[in-house]
Amino acid sequence: MAIEWETVIGLEIHAQLATRAKIFSGASTAYGALPNVQASLVDLGYPGVLPVLNREAVRMAVRFGLAIGATIARRSVFARKNYFYPDLPKGYQISQYELPIVQDGQVGIVLEDGAEKRIGVTRAHLEEDAGKSLHEGLGNSSGIDLNRAGTPLLEIVSEPDLRSAREAIAYMKKVHTLVRYLEICDGNMQEGSFRCDANVSVRHRGRHEFGTRCEIKNLNSFRFVERAIQYEVARQIELIEGGGSVVQETRLYDPDRHETRPMRSKEEANDYRYFPDPDLLPLALDEAFIEEVRATLPELPDQKAARFTREHGLSAYDAGVLTASRELAAYYEEVAAGTGGGHKLAANWVMGELSGFLNRDGIEIGGAPVTAAALAGLLRRIHDGTISGKIAKEVFEAMWTERAEADAVIEARGLRQITDSAAIEQAIAQVMAANPAQLADYRAGKDKLFGFFVGQVMKATGGKANPAQLNELLRRMLAG
Amino acid sequence: MNPHHATAAELGRGLKSRQYSSVEVARWFLDRIHETHGALNAFVTVTAERALADARRADAMIARGEGGPLTGVPVAHKDIFCTDGILTSCGSRMLANFIAPYDATVVERLTAAGMVLLGKTNMDEFAMGSSNETSHYGPVRNPWDGSKVPGGSSGGSAAAVAARLAPVATGTDTGGSIRQPAALTGLTGLKPTYGRVSRYGMVAFASSLDQAGVLAQSAEDAALVLGAMAGFDPRDSTSVDAPVPDYAAALGRPVKGLRIGIIREFFGEGLDAGTGAAVHAALDGFRAMGAELVDVSLPNLPLSVPTYYVVAPAECSSNLSRYDGVRFGHRCRDPRDLMDLYRRTRGEGFGAEVKRRIMTGTYVLSAGYYDAYYLKAQKVRSLINDDFRRAFSQVDVLMGPTTPTPAFDLGAKTGDPITMYLNDIYTIGANLAGLPAISAPCGLVDGLPVGLQIIGPHFSEERLLGAAHAWQRDTDWHRRLPPLYA
Repeated sequence: MAIEWETVIGLEIHAQLATRAKIFSGASTAYGALPNVQASLVDLGYPGVLPVLNREAVRMAVRFGLAIGATIARRSVFARKNYFYPDLPKGYQISQYELPIVQDGQVGIVLEDGAEKRIGVTRAHLEEDAGKSLHEGLGNSSGIDLNRAGTPLLEIVSEPDLRSAREAIAYMKKVHTLVRYLEICDGNMQEGSFRCDANVSVRHRGRHEFGTRCEIKNLNSFRFVERAIQYEVARQIELIEGGGSVVQETRLYDPDRHETRPMRSKEEANDYRYFPDPDLLPLALDEAFIEEVRATLPELPDQKAARFTREHGLSAYDAGVLTASRELAAYYEEVAAGTGGGHKLAANWVMGELSGFLNRDGIEIGGAPVTAAALAGLLRRIHDGTISGKIAKEVFEAMWTERAEADAVIEARGLRQITDSAAIEQAIAQVMAANPAQLADYRAGKDKLFGFFVGQVMKATGGKANPAQLNELLRRMLAG
Repeated sequence: MNPHHATAAELGRGLKSRQYSSVEVARWFLDRIHETHGALNAFVTVTAERALADARRADAMIARGEGGPLTGVPVAHKDIFCTDGILTSCGSRMLANFIAPYDATVVERLTAAGMVLLGKTNMDEFAMGSSNETSHYGPVRNPWDGSKVPGGSSGGSAAAVAARLAPVATGTDTGGSIRQPAALTGLTGLKPTYGRVSRYGMVAFASSLDQAGVLAQSAEDAALVLGAMAGFDPRDSTSVDAPVPDYAAALGRPVKGLRIGIIREFFGEGLDAGTGAAVHAALDGFRAMGAELVDVSLPNLPLSVPTYYVVAPAECSSNLSRYDGVRFGHRCRDPRDLMDLYRRTRGEGFGAEVKRRIMTGTYVLSAGYYDAYYLKAQKVRSLINDDFRRAFSQVDVLMGPTTPTPAFDLGAKTGDPITMYLNDIYTIGANLAGLPAISAPCGLVDGLPVGLQIIGPHFSEERLLGAAHAWQRDTDWHRRLPPLYA
């Protein structure tokens, strides 16, 4: 029997904190400026300058810690991580090392089979980002852009609790959701605001000790994380099964070739010579500050999902989907409220048509051409029988492309449902007359043909016949 | 007008009463620098135009009845303080082309007080040295004897004030770099409490020990200048947010009843007999003024030097990493690749003593050695702290010599770093504990000045200045000038 392998993964997520200023200087953190225009003397590491901690970054780290039920360190310490690299202006990075601000929290994820799993978060610590080295288009030279230098990061380190690429993705998505709920990170992965390193190892199922791990650096999309882990797991298993062994190293994922390969080391010897930064006093937080931050926490995704199932009667799955982002949940709630209690209807439309159109057009919910109020207006017309659910889809599409209100579309296109019994009866009579054979069969006991007649009448009325009325009248008239 | 024999305080009073103008005073000092600088090598940069512009502004302020006791009084800054638009070399080839783009807080505050910038003074490279012989700009000579060192690292500031090329100068003190040169040149040198004066704009050597202070002719001058430069600075997280007292007003404090602890460990082996005798005579003077002398022991204090030479190099090895030839300062010619850029830039830009300390610091922070050296040193540091705390539960101030010997010959210790390091054996303790300390002249041995060191608890600068001032009212050691510059 073949050996069964188990994958063990731990993630280090780097979330760029959404402060206006850098973590130790007053320079702006806005993305996309010309190189080096957002680097102050502090960011450039000029002689004589000193770091001053941005309290907003501290507040954000505490928000995250409280949201994952972690211990907030009353005293945490900034250390220097020393290494030489051109994009590291001071020759050291200021980062929390031995005493991080957030310790020992948990993030809940839901697996494919619906089972819930708690993933341990060992720590989350504050640190400054480095600048960027630019190697393209500069001939023989390399360029350095220090705009990013000093940008505040929260590095969120999980326990090695993840057992598959899918679990890793679920965890990463959950953290992504959380940081955006907390408004501490814009979550923009393309701009590098949210990225991760994955520590991956394999072992025989049932073993307790971990295998040798490799760290895959700088993964900046969910898809890359998944594919990089899958590749790395396969590589390690193949290596071991071929009689080799895994070497602990840092690897880089190349999405074009879909492979990981060993990374050039930042310096030859990796001794960072950490020691407490003497320019910064230990960060002391008191109870009052922590409680003040706690009081400003929003309703978190898990709490919101629980409320949706409890108060709106939604399934756990639906509630989970709708709370994946704060914006989506807010949109859904506004639709549901405007529809007048039709929670399930609102949920179906938000998860169905709306999400489908958003995906199709690649836009965020904030930019949806159909506002929550407008969608609620549409659902009210289903609710009050003005249009059928089927017609509503047509109306929705028109609302989307024309940015129009539901009522305007319904009026302009004459989509109002036919509720006049006489008109429906007339249509039924015409269909019965046109299909004598089917009518005979139906009356001979072929009940299934009922659907055929519904379809024909709908076709004749352009889909506008009120379905309930149609059913009732058709049944009576077919019976003769 | 004779600024020659005037203290900064006296110059301030003369300016205020319009006995002379600030421009006249500035010209007098600029001329004197011009005439005598060559022999001493005290300045790296003389800022004549800036001085005259500052002086004209000061004269205008005085004419309007504005300004304070230092308005229009010249000052020289140690070349470790960033000065906007002016070379800030830190005594190093690495920064020999570095025009600072901003003013250090100390510079900003003394400028705001109306002081006139004469220039930037020579110093040991990156403040690492006790003799001013490690400077890229060559050694500074002691005005009392040109064959002797002026002490270091603030040797240029010390020589400048001792020879009256400037009435007062700033300095920095990481292990004794204000007090030791003050003692060796007959000046009053004050190292304030760690955090009392902002470090912003002061090129870092060892961040947890560095503190800016004053080299002055008298305790009164030190009090005035400290008052102008001290205070909380939001740009320095280690600066302390405590009100700045009126130091000059505290000078009249009586010495009667002051409990003085005599540090037993400072009078043992290694102390020059003449120096010891001068310090003892000073202590007798304090007793005569009504002070109570108490013998105290700080048993861990002899560990100061080895502790310091782990902590300071560790911090400097990291602080000096930014000099990589990428953004400012020296860059080697035609680097082949990144490693070559680093190696040659740093190899060429730093002198031997700086390299020695970077290597020592890198070593003590390395994996496998951190616990044995850096962590152990931090533990000893807290033991030394405890020694001082215990002592200050019994006495108001501690006294002893500032240095083991008077000024030594140029070149005498450059071949032996350990001997050189031991010259700071009495001064380092105050840095490790963050305490304020002052050195005041208390005698001459073979024509060379000797300093009395007074150490106090945190934020006791008023007490230290008061004691030194009382001593200076009774004596005239601080009024003695080097014969060649009298």
